[in-house]
Amino acid sequence: MRTLNYGQAIREAHSQLLKKDPRVFVIGQGLWSPWYAGGSLQDLDKEYGRDRIIDCPISENAVTAAAVGAAISGMRPIVFHPRMDFMLLAVDPIVNQAANWSYIFGGQVGVPVVIRSVINRGGEQGAQHSQALQAMFTHVPGLKVVVPGTPYDAKGLLVSAVNDGNPVLYIDDRWLYSESGDVPENLYSVPIGKGRLCARGNDVTIVSSSFALTECSKAVSLLSAKGIGVELIDLRSLKPWDKEMVFSSVKKTGRLIVVEGAWRSGGFAAEISATVSEEIFNDLKSPVMRVCLPDAPAPTSPALEKVYFFNSAHIVSAVEKLVVLERS
Amino acid sequence: MLRIRLFEGTLADLIDAGEVKTPCHLYIGQEAIASGVCAALRPQDTIWGGHRSHGHYLAKGGDLTAMMTEIFGKVTGCSRGRGGSMHIVAPKVGLLGTVPLVAATIPLSVGAGFSCKLRKDGGVAVAFFGDGATEEGHFHESMALASKYGLPVIFVCENNYYASHLSLLERRTKDNISESAGAHGMAGSLIDGNDVLGVYSTAADAVLRARENRGPTLIECRTYRWRGHVGSSWDMDVGVKRRDELKEWLDRDPIPRLRKQMLVEGVPNEWFEGEESAIREEINIALKAAREDPYPSTEEVGAHVFVKGIEG
Repeated sequence: MRTLNYGQAIREAHSQLLKKDPRVFVIGQGLWSPWYAGGSLQDLDKEYGRDRIIDCPISENAVTAAAVGAAISGMRPIVFHPRMDFMLLAVDPIVNQAANWSYIFGGQVGVPVVIRSVINRGGEQGAQHSQALQAMFTHVPGLKVVVPGTPYDAKGLLVSAVNDGNPVLYIDDRWLYSESGDVPENLYSVPIGKGRLCARGNDVTIVSSSFALTECSKAVSLLSAKGIGVELIDLRSLKPWDKEMVFSSVKKTGRLIVVEGAWRSGGFAAEISATVSEEIFNDLKSPVMRVCLPDAPAPTSPALEKVYFFNSAHIVSAVEKLVVLERS
Repeated sequence: MLRIRLFEGTLADLIDAGEVKTPCHLYIGQEAIASGVCAALRPQDTIWGGHRSHGHYLAKGGDLTAMMTEIFGKVTGCSRGRGGSMHIVAPKVGLLGTVPLVAATIPLSVGAGFSCKLRKDGGVAVAFFGDGATEEGHFHESMALASKYGLPVIFVCENNYYASHLSLLERRTKDNISESAGAHGMAGSLIDGNDVLGVYSTAADAVLRARENRGPTLIECRTYRWRGHVGSSWDMDVGVKRRDELKEWLDRDPIPRLRKQMLVEGVPNEWFEGEESAIREEINIALKAAREDPYPSTEEVGAHVFVKGIEG
């Protein structure tokens, strides 16, 4: 199988979708820039023309709303926010309009828009270039949220998002752009709402997604060397999320740690934790634990960044705490 | 114009009687704008509205009964009982949605402009909004985008001098909304919004400009909100000044103005009477349906969060 990195996989999905479907176009900031989108949109304007690859003014609100309006009127736009923080200027078209449109008109008018954004954490960028706000959007009925963690899923989930017919937030992570993996050349899709089992084990289930997965994978190896078997699940989609896969794993292991590269309070880890406690409490051998970012904005100082962003060692110690706590 | 006036007159009575409870924002007095603009459009052209959009819906060809049943919350309503007065839709005739978030549909119309431009289908998108909406960033960002990309969009500002309870000059320094067009490098004009023929002619010019890829237009139509911001009241609580103003604007009622012109052109009086009685009959039929049709099934409270079946 051919290997691509994460950015190349996203680019290939764009290119194949643009070629296949004349309704698809891309609009957002940085589309004509050689570096803004980490290669994920590189030279698409040269291939498909600047009428369909539209680098635009810094008007997140109107641009996102224009994508929503184009979707309502028959197109399949992908609107791009190179930094997720800036997407907050477009919350009206996302939350008030796109998310509500189908419901308030009784399912007669769909909004087939993909709203893509990138989490830009790290690199001493600080509070307004680092936010991972996916949980905010999972709160809203009418939005789907996908968070691909591998090149394979980055391509396949973009295809599903464009074809879904409903508003989909596609959230990728700058830290994933150098990850490589197998990516088929054909135009395939990865279903929205289905998780992926990354590792099998009997002692504890770790549920994670997006960049946090890479640290989880390292933790799985470290723990395996210590004789602790971890079942690792990549959710891939946060809304809808694969309850069936998570439940069946937790029923087997009896222990659950949710690892999310976002703030703890009101985060998506809390949603999973609450659902598991509500629905399969009797299968749990110990309380559900979360490994998340602290409830503070991202710092810039490298000394602070080091403790702010968790790594595999934090995950290992959380697992050990859980298992040891229970064994003792 | 008369259909809108009589529909909303009935609605005002129903609100007074307590039979209609969903918030209704009446368009009475402003009918010439929706009627004049929509007369210049083709069925496939899209229009986008706000909270005060019964007039836009009817002028574009939306089904009167489906709007009445919607306002009554019935499953036969144009939004299947999920929208009420403020979220109405008529996709088959190009009304793809009206919503009450002020100015929200202005940039959506810009998106429809992108659709027309990319498809090269000769279509036009029209945003209807009030003077209050020009205070939102949406308005300026949208004009900037539409102008930059030369999109076939017409921005129709219905300046009725009030945003909720505040009059225009309580909200902005100058009475100069139409001048925003020049700042964004696009065509703009200021017209009498109570003159339906004038509105039609200005809109027809703008439509032609859009179809010929000569860019967007802002049309500021001067008009007046006869009734209160919401509901059926005459809204005298906003001060003596409004009472005097209202009297002046009642004299500028667009419907008798057109009627006078038509009489001069030789349209017989009986024709008007016939039209009015046909409209009243249509409204009575709608009202009967609105009272008798079923509500949506309570089991379907969560239905339609997503659309189905438009994949591929």
